[in-house]
Formats: sequence, C-alpha cells, structure tokens
Amino acid sequence: MTALLNVKDLRAYYGQVQALHGLSFSLNEGSLTTLLGANGAGKTTTLRAICNMVRSTGSIEFEGAALTSRSTEGIVRLGIAHVPQGRGTFTNMTVEENLQLGAITRKDHAGIVSDMERMYAHFPVLKQRYTQQAGTLSGGEQQMLAVARALMLRPRLMLLDEPSFGLAPLVVRDLFGILGKINREDKVSILVVEQNAQLALELADQAYVIETGRIVMSGAAKDIANNEDVRKSYLGY
Amino acid sequence: MELFTNQILAGISTGAIYACLALAVVMIYQAIDHLNFAQGEMAMFSTFISWQLMQWGLPYWVAFVLTIAFSFAGGIAIERVLFKPLAKAPILTNVAGFIALYSIINSSAGLIWDFTIKQYPTPFGSAPFLGSQLISTHQAGMIGVTLLLLLALYFFFQYTRVGLAMRAAASLPESARLVGINTSWMIALGWGMAAAIGAIAGILIAPVVFLEPNMMLGTLIYGFAAAVLGGLTSPFGAVVGGFLVGIFENLAGTYIPYAGNELKLPIALALIVSILVVKPAGLFGRHIVKRV
Ligand SMILES: Nc1ncnc2c1ncn2[C@@H]1O[C@H](COP(=O)(O)OP(=O)(O)O)[C@@H](O)[C@H]1O
Ligand SMILES: [Mg+2]
Repeated sequence: MTALLNVKDLRAYYGQVQALHGLSFSLNEGSLTTLLGANGAGKTTTLRAICNMVRSTGSIEFEGAALTSRSTEGIVRLGIAHVPQGRGTFTNMTVEENLQLGAITRKDHAGIVSDMERMYAHFPVLKQRYTQQAGTLSGGEQQMLAVARALMLRPRLMLLDEPSFGLAPLVVRDLFGILGKINREDKVSILVVEQNAQLALELADQAYVIETGRIVMSGAAKDIANNEDVRKSYLGY
Repeated sequence: MELFTNQILAGISTGAIYACLALAVVMIYQAIDHLNFAQGEMAMFSTFISWQLMQWGLPYWVAFVLTIAFSFAGGIAIERVLFKPLAKAPILTNVAGFIALYSIINSSAGLIWDFTIKQYPTPFGSAPFLGSQLISTHQAGMIGVTLLLLLALYFFFQYTRVGLAMRAAASLPESARLVGINTSWMIALGWGMAAAIGAIAGILIAPVVFLEPNMMLGTLIYGFAAAVLGGLTSPFGAVVGGFLVGIFENLAGTYIPYAGNELKLPIALALIVSILVVKPAGLFGRHIVKRV
C-alpha cells in the first residue's frame, strides 16, 4: 500500500500560540482513517493545516506533492475536499447551488449532472429540498449536504471535521453508514475527525489519537476499540 | 397630476443612474467590506475616456464599448495594485487608500482634460419621448440601458458559474476557498465589474450634468444613499434604493415649499435616515431564513 497523505513533524501556530507540536501520521490510499481526541486536542488545527488555512511548519505530502507551499484553493483542486467544523454551508443559497459549488472547479458538464443525481440517490432528502435555501435544512440535512458538496469535487481524499456534532444518534448512524459506503464503492479515502470515539472506531479501519497537539496512539481501529486501557485513558469510555 | 407623473418619471430616470452607482458600490462592499469613496471619480474618468475617444472620431457606441472594456481592466488593475496589498490592513488604512485614489483620479482628470465643463452627446436625442412631454428620449434611454444592465447582471449572477463563484466568495470566503474558488480573483473581478457599471452610469448622466472632473460628486452621494437605503448587502436592494432616492429627490424638490434645488438633497437624505432608524439594515439588508 502506498501512502496517499503523509504528514511529518507538523507544527501549527495561532499567533504566538503553538497548537500542534510535531505531529506525524499517514493515510493509505482507500482507507478510512479517524483522528480522535478531546476538545482542544488539535484535531481541527490538523485538518486546517493540511489545507494551509493556519500557519504551520513541517511536511505534508499528498500523492507525493508537497502541500505546504500551495494555496487553500490549489490544494482543493488537487482533489482534497474538506468539510470544515460547522459545515461551511452556503446558507443563503439553495441546496442545488451548494452542490454546484462543490463542483465549481470541474469542467465536465455531463459528469457534474450525473454526480448530482448520484448525490440525490445517496441523500434522497436533498432531492426533495433542492430548491430550498440551505439555511432552512435541519442540522442532519445540512451535514448530508456538506458531505454531498464535498463529494461533488470527485475528491481523492475527503476530510471531515466532527460530522456527528450536534446530530441525533440515529442520524449519525445513517451518516456514518453512507460514509462507509462512499469509501468502499466510490474509492474515496476519508480522514474523519471525531470526539465521538466509539462510533468512529466502528466505522474506520485506522485510528490515531491526538492529545495536546501530539499523536499519542495509533493502530488498527478495532485494536484500539478492543483495548480497554487505551479506551479508558485516552477516549473516556 | 401631469406634474406629479412627470416628477416620478424624472425621478426614475435619475434614479436609474443612482441605481447603477449603488450597485457598483455594493459590489465592492460585498467583496471587501469597504465603501469605495472613489467610485464616482472612477466613473468620471471613464466618461472622459469615452469623450476623448469620440473627440478622436470614433462613433458613440464604439467609444462606449471600448470605455467599458477599459474600465473593467482599470478596476481590476486598481484592486491588484492598491487594494489587494491592503486586504488585511486596518479600516483607516483602507479609507486613506480610497481618498488617495479619489484625489489621484480627480486631479489627473483635471490635468489631462482641465476643469472647464464640456458638452457630452446622447445617442438617444433629447426630443419628448413618444411625443409626450413627460420625459425626454435621453431619460427614457437612461432607464432602458439601466434595465438591460440589471437584467444582464441578474442572469450573470444567477445562471453562470463565475457568477455563482462570485456570490459564494462574497458570502463565505473560507467555504468558497474550500470548494476551490480563487477568492482573491473574485474580488478583482468584482472591482472590474463595479468600474464598468460605474462607467455606464457616468456616460449616461454626463449629458445631464455636463462633463467635468467634479461631475459625479452629487451623484455619488445619492448613490451611497441608495446603497445604504437598500441595505449594503443586497444588489437588488441597491437598485430599488436607487430608484426610490431618485423619486424622493424629485418630489421633494417640487412639492416641499422653499425646498427647490438647494434643499432637495438634505430632505431626501433626511427621509432616508428616518427609514434607517426603523430598519437599520436597510430595506433589503441581509435577511437569512433560519430554522428555529
Ligand atoms: N483561532 C484560534 N486562535 C487561538 N487559538 C486557537 C484557535 N483555534 C484553536 N486554538 C487553540 O488550538 C488548540 C487546538 O484547537 P483545535 O484544533 O480547534 O482543537 P480540536 O479541534 O481538537 O477541538 C486549542 O488549544 C485551541 O485553544
Ligand atoms: Mg475541532
């Protein structure tokens, strides 16, 4: 297996404050990896550093290309779709416009149209609401829309920042089911950041645990889920 | 009654110009959160360019199209050279930038074309429109061109990819970058379009106010008022604001005793301020439908 994403010695800063202290991890082509950690551990900062949205040092390689010197939009154009914390929905635009924006860098009109249909098949609720302002959707629907918008890029890698946040448990199961399906069927590699460790470990194949800006644990998701010591000391369940 | 209708129509025709300027102001405001004080001067300079082209013998519409293209490029150039470097600077630095731009353009125009007023032609003529005494053909032309422009802009923003990308960049820059939009170029494009729209406003109003370096002073104040009245976040509001301000201005000048031409500006502005007291975000300021 080749590494799709390779992060080495990543340090990130907000002004004078250092949020990541030399973090390294990698993600294999086709994998569904989760990055776990408590509130404030540095999960969001890690995703933001990958997309060059926060000042950082260290090396980040995607399919062998260095990302650190590229602009955020340039990184996205390489095939990295990022659903940020809070979802980043264009709330004053329609559901359909949000999906079109996901594909704004693509030129293949026919492909965009067929992908739009695929999204409506994955998320039927979006089809019912495609002319509606995105801000009027429920939290769960907005999260589905955010994932669908990211998929419209036809990404190689999708970064998701706490997709379960604020959603009812049943909705989370639904969403995670779809993420697993997208990963298997559409061959999109996924890096999902979660506080909800239990569910994320069921979904993922690889897991990393992050604490105050450092990786403190890594391994196969099921090993980590089965290790009671790790669960108790790092994941709190 | 005839007088009333007449004033309304006259108000709509100058309102069309205010609408254009307000639209230009809103476009830049949406992109960079600053009011472009130099919008009127940019429009004036563009109008001089078109006048110069006609002096050199080019037909009206050729000069018109060339001027729009020049203004579009000029707007982009101004953003790249002057305001892109100021993007992260404090508000006052930006204000200084706008004032500098204002005086540079104003004095260059004075230097190149001097401060004497010049006649500016209209392609529509100035006969009574359709034989009626209500408005002239030029006023009707102003309304017509503005409506065409508004329609074109509506289609651009609603139905083209670039228009969609520009709206996205203006409403949520970070999310826009995360779908791969180069937001920095969208801002430049907004400047280009604002300059081009301003040029149209200048060219249309020049036959009425005559061409000279300070020709846009009064017009820009009304344009700002229109933008604020409509709510600075809404292009549609800017247009409605433009027409309303034009109508207020004319009615105030005609019907309020002693107001005449000197006082119609303060009266119209006072009316606008009273509306803003009731609706601080302007008539069409951002209303986001939120689920509760
Ligand atoms: N905009 C910011 N300015 C200053 N400090 C920040 C900012 N965002 C996050 N931090 C700090 O960086 C650290 C990591 O935050 P974050 O990556 O958001 O954690 P997580 O996503 O794991 O909850 C925290 O200590 C947080 O206080
Ligand atoms: Mg976070």
